[in-house]
Amino acid sequence: MVSVPDKYGRFGEYGGRYVPETLMPALLELEQEYARVKKDRRFQSELAYYLKHYVGRPTALYFAERLTRRLGGAKIYLKREDLCHTGAHKINNAIGQGLLAKRMKKPRIIAETGAGQHGVATATVAAMFGLECEIYMGTEDMERQALNVFRMRLLGSTVTRVDSGSRTLKDAISEAMRDWTTNVRTTHYILGSVLGAHPYPMMIRDFQAIIGRETRRQILAAEGKLPDCLIACVGGGSNAMGLFYAFIKDKKVKMIGVEAGGLGAASGKHAARFEGGKPGILQGTMTYLLQDDDGQINLTHSVSAGLDYAAVGPEHSYLRDQGRTSYTSVTDDEAMAAFDLLAREEGIMAALESAHAIAYTIKLAPTMKKSQILVVNLSGRGDKDVQQVVKIRGITL
Amino acid sequence: MIARLDRTFAALKRKGEQALITYVMAGDPSLQVTEELVVELERAGADIIELGVPFSDPIADGPVIQQAAERALRSKTSLRTILPMVKRLRARTQIPLVLMVYYNSIHAFGPERFCHEAAQAGVDGLIVPDMPPDEAGPLKGPVAAAGLQLIFLLAPTSTADRRAFVSRQSQGFIYYVSLTGITGAKLLDVTDVRKNVEQIRKVTKVPVAVGFGVATPEDAANISAIADGVIVGSAIVKKMAAYQQKPEMVKQVAEFVRSLKAAMKTAPLHSR
Repeated sequence: MVSVPDKYGRFGEYGGRYVPETLMPALLELEQEYARVKKDRRFQSELAYYLKHYVGRPTALYFAERLTRRLGGAKIYLKREDLCHTGAHKINNAIGQGLLAKRMKKPRIIAETGAGQHGVATATVAAMFGLECEIYMGTEDMERQALNVFRMRLLGSTVTRVDSGSRTLKDAISEAMRDWTTNVRTTHYILGSVLGAHPYPMMIRDFQAIIGRETRRQILAAEGKLPDCLIACVGGGSNAMGLFYAFIKDKKVKMIGVEAGGLGAASGKHAARFEGGKPGILQGTMTYLLQDDDGQINLTHSVSAGLDYAAVGPEHSYLRDQGRTSYTSVTDDEAMAAFDLLAREEGIMAALESAHAIAYTIKLAPTMKKSQILVVNLSGRGDKDVQQVVKIRGITL
Repeated sequence: MIARLDRTFAALKRKGEQALITYVMAGDPSLQVTEELVVELERAGADIIELGVPFSDPIADGPVIQQAAERALRSKTSLRTILPMVKRLRARTQIPLVLMVYYNSIHAFGPERFCHEAAQAGVDGLIVPDMPPDEAGPLKGPVAAAGLQLIFLLAPTSTADRRAFVSRQSQGFIYYVSLTGITGAKLLDVTDVRKNVEQIRKVTKVPVAVGFGVATPEDAANISAIADGVIVGSAIVKKMAAYQQKPEMVKQVAEFVRSLKAAMKTAPLHSR
């Protein structure tokens, strides 16, 4: 397989740079600067320093023994990104881009957030590096993730409500892009997933690829062989790309992304881009989108704000076309059941995003042999979702 | 055959005038209104009409045009209904018509079929705000085959390299974005616009029109003193929104356009 993206930011036919001219110079500058730091030892050692001492890497690869026994099939390992500082893998990318913003001498950073995890990670990095920070968030997500909104404010960031469109992640990204277009000279946009215009999908993949590099080393140490299958949830797809990337050349390792099935494919209320979508252009990139016949972007639904998005990272579209990865979806109810099961069997509360990966694991593991190995990316912890779970179950605390 | 856009700019130049380019969102509030409006705007002095194609996620647009797009989508407007309207308009007017259309609408329609049908209907040019020339490859062939013109944008952030690269490829005119921002922001610095327009003129003979932030007759006069065209969008759309559902809407908007053109005609020519 050829190395992607090419110099135009293309992953096969996907990716590219579909942005207003105002942003083109900034994207070209970012691409150049990123190419420099990629080879710069000082930058890389500074990044490694913060990942170790601030984020707490490497994160554990934990053998989920009780869950394995309960499901009665493959051995299940959990990559514990939930143990990162701020509670999700998002900080890996936020630290990398924060360092880059400092290097480009941009005093202000902005970000979008859906579940709030990327917003919290960016607000955290802004506080730690002394940068001004504004986070865009859809009003529906602000309601679902009220705790994270408060956390971002505690960290000194401004959280700005986005009340247009579906009032979720997609609209927050559009608003952040408009802010960036307006303030591009002083501001770096820390996009949170492997989305948007080149070089973002590549750069964010690279910053998250540490997940897979650690996993590879850890599983070889624990089992003496590579896993048979990797599973990760896919919203934009950064935790999945992060886990998958180090294994792409290991053809025997299956890689499965789990999308948000919402209320089920037939309901139309979901975010399963590969089941209901087709290629198109949204927010800077060409990729699979949920859209109507006129190319208008469909509203999406998921119990998990982080997966509730109409597009998927362009590299996922490419890998799927190549037959290297495959995608499936699980419903809201299945994700909620998985959330419960993991809490009771392993004492781990998963983020509702990550609970989608667990839900598919529950289906797949029993069909595999006991000698086989499954690695699941537990991309975030569920503390942020407890209020939402309370609400869904109609409980009064 | 000389393209309508080129003919219009040449004719205006002979008269010592600049083009007034007015933007309306097609289908806001309905295509019947848009059709009437185009005819009335031409009578009021508009030289070129930019027709917005509503998109659910318009990243280059501020709140005024976002809301217009939402209204147009509520009235079920799409390229499939806009092109027949353009065809009806062509029986009534020969004013150049340019579509401002996000790339996904074209992609979903199919670039070849779209260019062919747009040209057949009487569209003259395309502005695709989220498609810099770097990504225009797949659209250029169909555009040329259909005889349409593809208009590109330059911005205050554009470097000398980009000015040369974009100018080489823009047809009809170059759309200079007057400010670092989205549509409907406030125009701050005419001096800065002049400097940039002068830089662009050094590398191209294609007319330069200035848009984003031009809101008042005074702005229009200031810009017409330094550019070949003045693009007014959000200010018109705002007027339309204010008179939404009222019978005098078309008249009020036409009146505003008349005041823009009048101000442009009295503006002194500084820099040509």
